[in-house]
Amino acid sequence: MTTAASPAPAHAGPSRPRISPSLQGAAYGDRAFKFVLTAAALLIPILLGFLVWELWQGSRLAIAKFGLDFVRTSVWDPVADQFGAFPLIFGTLLSSFLALLIAVPLSLGVAIYLTEFAPKFLRQPVAFVIGLLAAIPSVVYGLWGIFVLIPVLRKTAFPVLRDLLDFLPFFKGPIYGPSMLAASIILAIMVMPYVMSVSREVLLAVPNSQREAALALGATRWEAVITAVVPYARSGIIGAVILGLGRALGETMAVTMLIGNRHEIAASLFAPGYTMAAAIANEFSEAATAMHFSALAYVAFVLFVLTVVVNAGARLLIWQVARGSAVGSKAL
Amino acid sequence: MNRRVLRRLASNIMVGLMVAAVVVAVIPLVLILTDLAVKGASSLSWDFFTKMPVPAGETGGGVANAIVGTLIIVGTASLIGVPVGVGAGIYCAEYPASRLTWLTRFVADVLNGTPSIVVGVFAWTWIVAHQKHFSALAGSVALAMLMIPMVMRTTEEMIKLVPNSLREAALALGYPRWRTSLSVVVRTTMPGIVTGTLLAVARIAGETAPLLFTALGSQYLSFRLNQPMAALPLTVFTYATGPYEEWHRYAWAAALVLIFVVFVLGIGARLAIGRSQISSG
Repeated sequence: MTTAASPAPAHAGPSRPRISPSLQGAAYGDRAFKFVLTAAALLIPILLGFLVWELWQGSRLAIAKFGLDFVRTSVWDPVADQFGAFPLIFGTLLSSFLALLIAVPLSLGVAIYLTEFAPKFLRQPVAFVIGLLAAIPSVVYGLWGIFVLIPVLRKTAFPVLRDLLDFLPFFKGPIYGPSMLAASIILAIMVMPYVMSVSREVLLAVPNSQREAALALGATRWEAVITAVVPYARSGIIGAVILGLGRALGETMAVTMLIGNRHEIAASLFAPGYTMAAAIANEFSEAATAMHFSALAYVAFVLFVLTVVVNAGARLLIWQVARGSAVGSKAL
Repeated sequence: MNRRVLRRLASNIMVGLMVAAVVVAVIPLVLILTDLAVKGASSLSWDFFTKMPVPAGETGGGVANAIVGTLIIVGTASLIGVPVGVGAGIYCAEYPASRLTWLTRFVADVLNGTPSIVVGVFAWTWIVAHQKHFSALAGSVALAMLMIPMVMRTTEEMIKLVPNSLREAALALGYPRWRTSLSVVVRTTMPGIVTGTLLAVARIAGETAPLLFTALGSQYLSFRLNQPMAALPLTVFTYATGPYEEWHRYAWAAALVLIFVVFVLGIGARLAIGRSQISSG
């Protein structure tokens, strides 16, 4: 029966050589569909190109006048139209470095604990709770920093630090409320969830055989982690840290509210400082001269280049560790 | 023997330190949320949501204009950002071999890492500088640019999870590719796309930096997109850094409202996708 029936449709095929109208419609539909999607996908690179172009245009005046000396000189005088961004760049790098100094050990500790040691029922909830920190808007951190963190630090941690470590130049001098150290501490809280969640993803991607092999050789659980798991995930963890650095460099509101906003470089961490993002936030809407605007746009340009370089580095490292499994990219 | 005890001791000490790290990491969150609840709730009242701000020094008034402003600015940003983000996400997932896909993905990563203040400067030079006045629309464009890469990446990741057999089944039934994409693939991933969108909206709702010199803020209720407009994050910033006690109380209350909105959006996002994938958020 079946063998007799099957030739029939085979003959029916060649007897209708023309493409049916509905199929043609489908082809048009497909083309229109692809066109719309391509437009959306193309828009993103175009927007970025436009962003770079506009930043370049905006900062042309300052680039023409100051050139690369802009990043080395320290005078910031809107009245005399003299601008040098070194204190801003220094402040950005220092606050981010201090923030990472605090945040990295903490987030790695949490990430390792959550992937290797914590009881199963604790892992998801704790990761979720710490992830909530990433959802809090920057300006709310700033508010909390001004009214809660700074008063507490001034009364407790800062005097203690000064008494204990006064042989270091970093902990000398009068204690201001808003300061480099206060801004760095709030930054540390803000970047911690990012570093934690990415390094957690990376650690989760480490194959179990690594752990089992170390344990089978007689390592304690901590030794297994430090000799077999962490080295395996090393480049991914470094990627997570650099990603945190990228976040810290561009963080604006909380830093603006806590760092004290002074165009100076001070040795003491209790003294106010400034960052690139904070200077733009404070001065852009009040800039009076074209050169002031242009200098701030130049600062934005430098900040943009810096974050692109840092983020590209982080992504390269994470891709390297997660190649094939795509685990690292998901965390981004 | 002794060495074994020492090694075990070291292991336990390290685990202890890690538990301490967890505690230290959770403390700020608990403190921030309790401070917000305590200091913010005491200043919340019906007037806070319904009245306009009063001149500095007077008591009373509210932030109705900022709440309306945030809704308008974020709404407009979503209108711009969601279609582009979803469209680009579908493109990258459906045409993975295309060179444009590689470029778009790369650029989205770059945009994702771009500081929001830089995007604000861009919106200023592009829109405000040409119009010669501050406008809510410039703020929305800046927020949309922050939103697009987030929406795009989640859309793409979600669509990639759709099994190929589903596509093949639809195509075998005679569906053209575009209908397969829209009514089978995209529809299957709708909860995921909604989640990604809500999370992106939650992120930009709290953004302040891109609005500082685009939407600028305003004392008045405004519905006009080409005029300065108030927004809740700007209110928090202005009131927190202002000199008046009364303003500080309002800053706390506004921050509480803001964080409430952000968390509700976040919870909505998680509900949209269901319990199975909570971890991927």
